[in-house]
Formats: sequence, C-alpha cells, structure tokens
Amino acid sequence: MSARDNILQRLRQAPPGPRPLPPDVWGQQAARTDAAGAGDRGERIRLFCEKMAFWRGEVVRTSRDDWPEMLRELCLAKGVRSLLHGERHAAALAGSGIAGLRCYDRPVEEWKAELFRDIDASLTSTRGGIAETGTLIIWPDASEPRLLSLVPPIHFALLDAGQIHADLLAAIGAQEWSGNLPTNALLVSGPSKTADIQVTLAYGAHGPKELVVLLLDGEDAR
Amino acid sequence: MNAQPLHFVPASEFRERAATAVADEHLRRSFRGAMDFLIGKRAAQFPDLAAFERQRALAEHIRKYSLARLPELLELLERRLTENGIRVHWAETPAEANGIIIDIARRHATKLMVKGKSMVSEEIELNHAMADAGMEALESDMGEYIVQLDGEKPSHIIMPAIHKTKEQIARLFAEKVPGARYTDSVDELIGIGRAVLREKFMAAEIGLSGVNFAVAETGTLCLVENEGNGRMCTTVPDVHIAITGIEKVVEKLEHVPPLFGLLTRSATGQAITTYFNLISGPRKPGEKDGPREVHLVLVDNGRTQAYADEQLRATLQCIRCGACMNHCPVYTRIGGHAYGTTYPGPIGEIISPHLLGLAATHVLPTASSLCGACGEVCPVRIPIPDLLVRLRGEAQHDARVGQRPLLGQGAARNLLIDAVWAGWAALYTRPLLYRAFGWLATRLRLLTPPRQSGWTQSRTPLRPARRTLHEEMAARTRR
Repeated sequence: MSARDNILQRLRQAPPGPRPLPPDVWGQQAARTDAAGAGDRGERIRLFCEKMAFWRGEVVRTSRDDWPEMLRELCLAKGVRSLLHGERHAAALAGSGIAGLRCYDRPVEEWKAELFRDIDASLTSTRGGIAETGTLIIWPDASEPRLLSLVPPIHFALLDAGQIHADLLAAIGAQEWSGNLPTNALLVSGPSKTADIQVTLAYGAHGPKELVVLLLDGEDAR
Repeated sequence: MNAQPLHFVPASEFRERAATAVADEHLRRSFRGAMDFLIGKRAAQFPDLAAFERQRALAEHIRKYSLARLPELLELLERRLTENGIRVHWAETPAEANGIIIDIARRHATKLMVKGKSMVSEEIELNHAMADAGMEALESDMGEYIVQLDGEKPSHIIMPAIHKTKEQIARLFAEKVPGARYTDSVDELIGIGRAVLREKFMAAEIGLSGVNFAVAETGTLCLVENEGNGRMCTTVPDVHIAITGIEKVVEKLEHVPPLFGLLTRSATGQAITTYFNLISGPRKPGEKDGPREVHLVLVDNGRTQAYADEQLRATLQCIRCGACMNHCPVYTRIGGHAYGTTYPGPIGEIISPHLLGLAATHVLPTASSLCGACGEVCPVRIPIPDLLVRLRGEAQHDARVGQRPLLGQGAARNLLIDAVWAGWAALYTRPLLYRAFGWLATRLRLLTPPRQSGWTQSRTPLRPARRTLHEEMAARTRR
C-alpha cells in the first residue's frame, strides 16, 4: 500500500467522534460588522487610511484622472530613477513625464538580475482594500506579474476608494473569490518588515522598504 | 554552510538542560523580556473578553469540523490541487518526506534550495538530509537565517532567534558573512541579510515553504509572513515545494479569515501580517513569473496516532501561533532549546510524544506547573493542561483495555516508583498499619536521610513531625 493509502486508512479507522455542523462563518460575520458600523463608505476609507498608516504605508489621495501626475511628483520627491509597471498602465504612464519607465513585458528569466538590481520602484493595480486591517488586495496576472509588488524597493499601488471592504471575509464574499482565485492572490499590509533581531522592528526585510497607496477617490479629489 | 549535522539531544536529558538554562542570566533576561513584550502586544488585540471568547469558539468549531472530516478533506484537497496543476505527495515518515523532496531536487539538478519558514521541514530535519545529498538548503527567514548561520536550532516557533542579543548577531555576521563589517544597528544587520539573501533567491533552483492553511474546496495553499522571504521562495525559483502536516486543511476559503485573524493576533499581537500569500497553481501560459512546478508534501509523522484518540485529536487543532509558549512560566524560564525538540513549550509537550514516541519524550509533559495559562490563551481552545495530564498517565501505565497503545506507552514506568505507590496504597487502606507506620516514622524521624533524590536538589529535606496529627488531636481532646 502507498503512504497515501496508509494515512487515509489510519484516519478512517479512528473513532468518528462527534461530527460538528458546518460553522456559520457568514452569520457570525454579519453580527460583527453590523455592530462595527462598517456599512459606511466614508468610515471604511477613514479606517483603511488609519490602519495603513499604522503599518507605515503612505496613503496619498488623488483621482482617477490625476494619479499619473501625482505619481510623477512622488517619483521626483523619492528620487526614483526607474519605475517598473505592467502592460495595463503603459498608456496612462506614457504621457506622464515620469523618467525611467520600464514595462514588465518579458518572462522573469530573461532579465532577473536587472529586475533585482536596477529597478527603484514599481506600480501595480489592486483589486481593492480591507478597512479593518489596512490591507491591499492584489491579484497578479499576465499583465501585472507577481514580482512587481515584491522585488522593487518602493511599491506604488492604485486603490479605488469604492473597493474598500470592511474586512477580509466581506471582500471574499463581495468579490466572489471562491472558485475564481488566480494562481497567486495576495494581501499586503504595509512594507516588508521583521522583528527577528531582539524584537526590534525593522522595515525592508526582503520585500519593498516603502509602500505608497494612491487612493483614487472621485468624491474627494485633490 | 551548516554541513555539520545537528541532532536533537534526547528529551531524557531535559532536566539537565533546564537546570543549565535557568542558571543562564542572559538567556533568562532575553526570554523574559521578549515574552512580556509578546504577552502585552497580544493582550492589546483582545480588549473585549466576550468578543475574544466568541472568536475562539468559532475558530475551535472550524478546526473541529475540519478534523472530523479530515480524510475526505485531504482527498478533496488532493483532487483540487491536482486540477490546479499542483502535484501532491504523501509521506508517512520524515525519511519518506525527505526522499520525495530530494528526488524533486535531483531532477532539477539543484545546488541551492531557499527555504521560507517551515516547522515541518525542521521536524523532518530536511537541511541535514539535503546536505547529505550534496545540496545546500538555506533558511531565508531572518531569524532562521541567523540560527542556521550559527549552527543552531530555532528556540521559538515564531521568533527563531529570540535567544540571541543584537550584539551576538553583530559578531556572528562580522565573522560568518563575507564582506560584512561589525555593526550593531538592527537596520544595518537586516540590510546585510537582505543583500545576501536576494542573491540567493536569484540563484536558487528550488524554493521551499510551509503552509499555514490548505483550502480543500479551492485547492489553495495559504502562507502567513511579514518579511517577504516566503513570497520570494514561492515565486522566484522555477520550482516551489510546499510541505505541511496533514492536519492543516480546512474545507472552504471562508473558514480561513477567522483562523488567520486569531493566528496573527495571538502570535505577535498584529491584526494582520504584512503578507498573506494564497497560492492556487503554478505559472500559467502567458504569465511572466512564478514557479513552473508546484508540489505539496503532506506529512503524517505520528499525527494519525493523535487523530486515533478522541481526546488527543484536539492536539491537531493547533494553528502554530506560539501563544502557549509565550505565556508558559516554564518556557519563559528555560527557553526553547532546553526541550530538545522541534516544537518547544506546551504545544511541543503535547505534540512531540506523537512525533517521537513517549520513550524519548515522557519527561516533556511533566515540564508544566499545570497553571492553565496555555489553555486560556489558545485561540482554538486546545485543552492543553488536560492533554498534559493524560500523557503523563499514558507514560506511566499500560494502555487501557480496547485502547491502542501509544508509541512508547508506559515508557516512564519505574519499579521503585511502582513499589512506593503499592506501599502507599497498602498503608492508606489499613488503619492499624497506618497508625503503626505513623508512630514509627515520627519516633525515628532523625534517621530520615538528608539527601532525598530529586527533592533536595532545590528544597530542604522532608522530615516527619515529632508526633502524628492523630496523636496531637488526641492530646488536645484530653486537655
């Protein structure tokens, strides 16, 4: 018999014990969110900004039309000489006047060393945010590969203010994650960090040292 | 690096190591400080006790529900992962698990494997097996990297290098990392590690990771981390191997958020970690990065023994947050290395007997004052103190009728102790004998030996009173 069969057989031979009913995750959730008043859009945006700041992520408010200009200013201020982006935003960035634009348009094998050594910053879309924890939802795809949000030292992320959900479970439900997950889905809350040396917090452990969220809010443009 | 095999010292030497650790002031201060810090951070996350109790009731329910359906869920997980293009392997023993991983590594002509944090890989001693096979396995979690560089083992499951001061790490880096100069700035030390490991992520043929939750219905592996090294290991190399115990599976994606929320809050007092990484398949055609092959190795290594017993099954509810060790007065005083096992602290005391057998571990369940703190903070409500008492019993007795003996059942039995208990039972069930013994013991009290086995190591000797309690009471009544 194979290891698989042996393991499954031993599990099946065990006394069954009580079979609990399926946990009512959604029901408990509803009770909790109602109590927290998370139904309000403005409150969700406020909470997201507060929590993201707690994780040392910067939040910059801008609008759907103005973000390339805002990004240009941020790149100048941070001394970014090369900005990596996906095909999705190539057109919007083309006229932005940002120096050193690079498109992630080739398989990583063809330019791994360059990606790791020569890129200062990156720009990605997000699929939304989570207010409770100040979290970005990122679903990499063919246009915006996985490493775009990991390797460059500064990560800029575009977030639609209307896509901020109360908490993770609400996002999973509203965006129908089950059955639609990409090869890699990510939650990102702030820049990379570690407290492994004497419980002292240090940023930029292996991933980005800075995370800047460009919050696109039509109702509250600058 | 680290070719020198490190073998766990048998747990039977636990008492000596504990005594040494207790005498080490630096170690005591490191652990006390770190544990107080973690206890405070966790407490701040659960200000409302009633809400906390509701959350952990739900988390316990999810874990119990998943375990009750474990064989079905493992089969469903295997089916969905396979559909998603992830290859599933099963291993009953550490040797089998190592064999599977080494085969994959050889097929890809591996020189270097980068590792994200995985306690199961420590459990199977993967790094030694890789070294024996002529391949390097490099830890990339900052804490794990530090302990591996020093040829040590982690002393805490969440904070592996908690026993080291920054000065010790500064000296270690200056000595062992080529080109590194001495600095005791934590930011600079992390910068050195970052630079070294980024080169390794680029060079490695294989990345290995653990798994925090495996979702059966969607065929998804979830990884929790702050540093980003887990994402590097699972994204940059061409092959990703995930390894996990068979108990980590849940049925649905919506079962993850309640467990995830409690895991990070209980572990480090964070509402969420920097990264939560959900992997549902290898690189698809058209995608520009991500591994081309993803494997999952499901490891038993004694877990089915815990599963076979309705009470001990609760051990498998664990989500590896480490809160039990952070709150354990014994762990805080002796540190993680004294246990000599992969999993230290209360969770180690109840899981190690299944992984390694009671013959090697029977002393561990006694390393507890049964104060109950571990059970109170456990986010999935494992009744750790009850399981400690149960395992103490199993180490002393034969299996009950109808019960399958545990590995190493009755291993702590000792003829002298059996004889003492038999004598005690005889005395305490026969009043005449009891009185005669009491009379004799009080009259001959000066003959009691000054050294009384383990008792007098740190306590004054026991000596009977001048008169028995019965005699004193009788005298008082006469007055």
